[in-house]
Amino acid sequence: MATPIVVPTPLLALPEGWTAEKDIKTVGKLSGATQRTIEPVGPYFLAHARRARHKRTFSEDDRIQAQERAKKVENDEDSEISEPEDPMMLARDAKDWKQQDHYKVLGLSKYRWKATEEQIKRAHRKKVLKHHPDKKAAAGRTDDDNFFKCIQKATEVLLDPTKRRQFDSVDEEADVEPPTKKQLQKGNFYKLWGNVFKSEARFSKNHPVPMLGDDKSTREEVENFYNFWYSFDSWRSFEYLDEDVPDDNENRDQKRHTERKNANARKKKKAEDNARLRKLLDDCSAGDERIKRFRQEANAAKNKKRLEREAAEKKAAEDAKAAKEAAEKAAKEAEEKAKADREANKKAKEAAKTAVKKNKRVLRGSVKDANYFAEGDASPATIDAVLGDVELIQGKIDPEEIAELASKLNGLKVADEIKSVWKAEAARLIGAGKIKEGEIKAFTA
Amino acid sequence: MSGHKSVAPENRTVIGLTFGNSNSSIAYTVDDKAEVIANEDGDRQIPTILSYVDGEEYYGQQAKAFLIRNPDNTVAYFRDFLGKDFEHIDPTHNHASAHPKDVDGTVSFTIKDKAEEDAEPSTLSVSEVATRYLRRLIGSASDYLGKKVTSAVITVPTNFNDKQKAALLAAANAADLEVLQLISEPIAAALAYDARPEAQVEDKIVVVAELGGTRSDVAVIASRQGMYTVLATAHDYEFNGVALDKILMDHFAKEFLKRNPSAKDPRENARGLAKLKFESEATKRALSIGANASFSVESLSDGIDFASTINRLRYETLSRTVFEGINRLVDSVIKKAGLDVLDVDEVILSGGTAHTPRIATNFSNIFPQTTRILAPSTNPYAINPSELGARGAALQANLIQDYEADDIDQSTHAAVTTVAHITNAIGVVSLNAAGEEIFVPVVPAETAVPAKRTVHVAAPKDGGDVLVKFVEGNTHIKVTKPEPKPEESKAAKVEDADNSDDESDFSDEEEEEEKREKVWKIGNTLAEAAIRGVKKGGKVEVTVQVNADLSVILTTREVGAQGGVRGQLSA
Repeated sequence: MATPIVVPTPLLALPEGWTAEKDIKTVGKLSGATQRTIEPVGPYFLAHARRARHKRTFSEDDRIQAQERAKKVENDEDSEISEPEDPMMLARDAKDWKQQDHYKVLGLSKYRWKATEEQIKRAHRKKVLKHHPDKKAAAGRTDDDNFFKCIQKATEVLLDPTKRRQFDSVDEEADVEPPTKKQLQKGNFYKLWGNVFKSEARFSKNHPVPMLGDDKSTREEVENFYNFWYSFDSWRSFEYLDEDVPDDNENRDQKRHTERKNANARKKKKAEDNARLRKLLDDCSAGDERIKRFRQEANAAKNKKRLEREAAEKKAAEDAKAAKEAAEKAAKEAEEKAKADREANKKAKEAAKTAVKKNKRVLRGSVKDANYFAEGDASPATIDAVLGDVELIQGKIDPEEIAELASKLNGLKVADEIKSVWKAEAARLIGAGKIKEGEIKAFTA
Repeated sequence: MSGHKSVAPENRTVIGLTFGNSNSSIAYTVDDKAEVIANEDGDRQIPTILSYVDGEEYYGQQAKAFLIRNPDNTVAYFRDFLGKDFEHIDPTHNHASAHPKDVDGTVSFTIKDKAEEDAEPSTLSVSEVATRYLRRLIGSASDYLGKKVTSAVITVPTNFNDKQKAALLAAANAADLEVLQLISEPIAAALAYDARPEAQVEDKIVVVAELGGTRSDVAVIASRQGMYTVLATAHDYEFNGVALDKILMDHFAKEFLKRNPSAKDPRENARGLAKLKFESEATKRALSIGANASFSVESLSDGIDFASTINRLRYETLSRTVFEGINRLVDSVIKKAGLDVLDVDEVILSGGTAHTPRIATNFSNIFPQTTRILAPSTNPYAINPSELGARGAALQANLIQDYEADDIDQSTHAAVTTVAHITNAIGVVSLNAAGEEIFVPVVPAETAVPAKRTVHVAAPKDGGDVLVKFVEGNTHIKVTKPEPKPEESKAAKVEDADNSDDESDFSDEEEEEEKREKVWKIGNTLAEAAIRGVKKGGKVEVTVQVNADLSVILTTREVGAQGGVRGQLSA
């Protein structure tokens, strides 16, 4: 809280006789407010947002914030020292510092490569305060500075970035063993392998390192993960495990020999490490359900395309076949129909011919029935004339008219009636201009 | 993955970014202090320009140089086109660079960005251009910090609408950048000042004048113990840096023609115009620092070299219209907020044009002397106006980088940010030297609730029983005519409890003019309380807490004593 503003002008003196319950009288209320938007910026807004979202009052919030701050400090002070010290470790000889776990010596074994320089410095200081030889001397044990030397060595290694890297490279305690088949059967694949890769990721030169993800990861993410890890660029090196360290006292050749030996050993170990990582990845990808799923999906997609194509082809062939058949069928039908039509035509023509013949017979018969319109025996000339007219008329009219005429004449026996029909026909034809007047001899009016 | 890119808090590397129409800048924080990053060319203000030459991409100052030789493949002044339809953009400033084109309503540029001689020019949407530019900015920031920058807070003008913000977010995401938050430019400037260790947390009215290359934006902000509320804003696209460049261009072009009567007007030739503009801008900058500046261009027109000088006075005379326009703009926005210049406690000048000394001097004439004008020429402790936005953004980024994206979203949600602001000030009644009742503000007007303020008020000289009268108050401007009674003016001066410090020279100097003063008026009484038996020379602590529902808790007691009196007003 900011210090309150001090106002120099004095307050009013209490008027005589002013009284109120608990010395306060409330009179009015606020005259109004406007809704406005505060800008979500700055530390004081953060405090406001915190209060608003957790529905805290000012004093509550101050208290909780203070508590949180206090707790954090306590944690920091507490955490590193809280690790119990292994009596075996305390009895270590500082000479074989190469074998010691520097993080454990400083009590940082749960941080390891994640420990910040700040943490290392603090841990060192704590340990020094506890294990300084002078303190031991005060407790009656003189010359007991072995563990103190261990602490100094650990700090020396861990505070030098190059040496720390070398040590981190071979810090097996920080490794997470790949899960066994048994574990995988019971446990969560992604979690178990995820921890392995999380720990391996510390060696990566490139950041951020893609993580294994989970069941819901997209294909792209999974591919990205494996691509990254199969071409993993590691800073891991194995100088720390060199068997001989070249000594200035040795001669030049000896030194070169040692260096070469070391370099070879490192190279070999590096190759082994790369192989180990590849094996890890192979094992992991072999058990990765997502890859199987993606492959199946890809196959399904591919198959789907092929099946679709095949189905389309089949359908096209069928369609073509059906079309061909239909065409053939139609052609055949058309042919048959034409044939039938021809036959029917022929029949009709024949029928018409016979009908015409029959009708002509009727026509001729009618004049014969009427005895050629003569009284008594008709003279051949009369017969000739009548029949000539009949022939003429028959020749001039078409089969329908012949049929009509025949139907009119059919059944008529009386000569006059027959003659009048003929006359009418002759007159009609003359009127139509088909026969000239002079041609008709017998049926003139 | 949802629509926006988000990065887990522990993997973030954050920066603050101003992405301006003319210039951009990048800042980061070291030990909670903001630092502005220089790019590989050493620029802290990086021109927002991209240029393509033979398939090579240039940005910043290098690209700016190409405005002269390769204007068609150089994109400049494109920030304001983001998220806008072609119909609604103002392409004035793109006259001397790649012209925006209408491609299905979206703003695009046609640029030859491929190395091959005969390659087809590409059509780039403005969002693609922004993405490419941001990628370059992020690249320089990453190179500088040695870590891949993942996230940023970006400043935007107050009148950026949701569509423009969405377009900016999309462009940033496409450049592989998580946008933690978009904050307003004036607020970023205010934050940059308030985050300085020597800054005091107080209640004040701040005017932020953001004077840029292509636009001037002014905002009135109520800063209430570090919480900012924008009361009014104004935007102007005429009184800006480009207008000042134009004045110098015309001036020097005329001088050139006077000296070379037979030469062609350099303004009528695209390259001559670009050279004039480039050099005028440099001259303008030089005039902000020194009283004289030279201007020289080789082969300005018809192969004739030109060199000249200008002094600041000449420049200021020529640019008077622009300066006056800016003054009017500031004046209008204060009126719009329903305030008076006397209400303003602080004026922050931000943006490149704010370096101009005359603008700051003009402001100190407009505002009363008690108002702090934060500009390099008026205040030696002022922060570089061009860097304010980036610094504020970096500070905000530093504050919120440990929060999950969700958390940030929820905290910036309207439900959290929209709160009631009290209309009238709440205070107590005190006596001035003349024995008149005056108002002592405890919680000023336009304070966001919930709010809690405490003041210590002196008790009457002899101690004894004290009446604490809680009242509402508001201000009005008292205008005193040229011949006032000396007593009244003196009384009014003391009455002005807020700014009572040193107004004496003010009144002496300007005897001729009418005097305007801010006077508190006592309004409704809220409550009365009694503190009994205060020691001689003692002080009374008065605390007013306004809750979110507008109920008020009033507490008062003698400083250092136990107990006290407590009362509550219902909403």
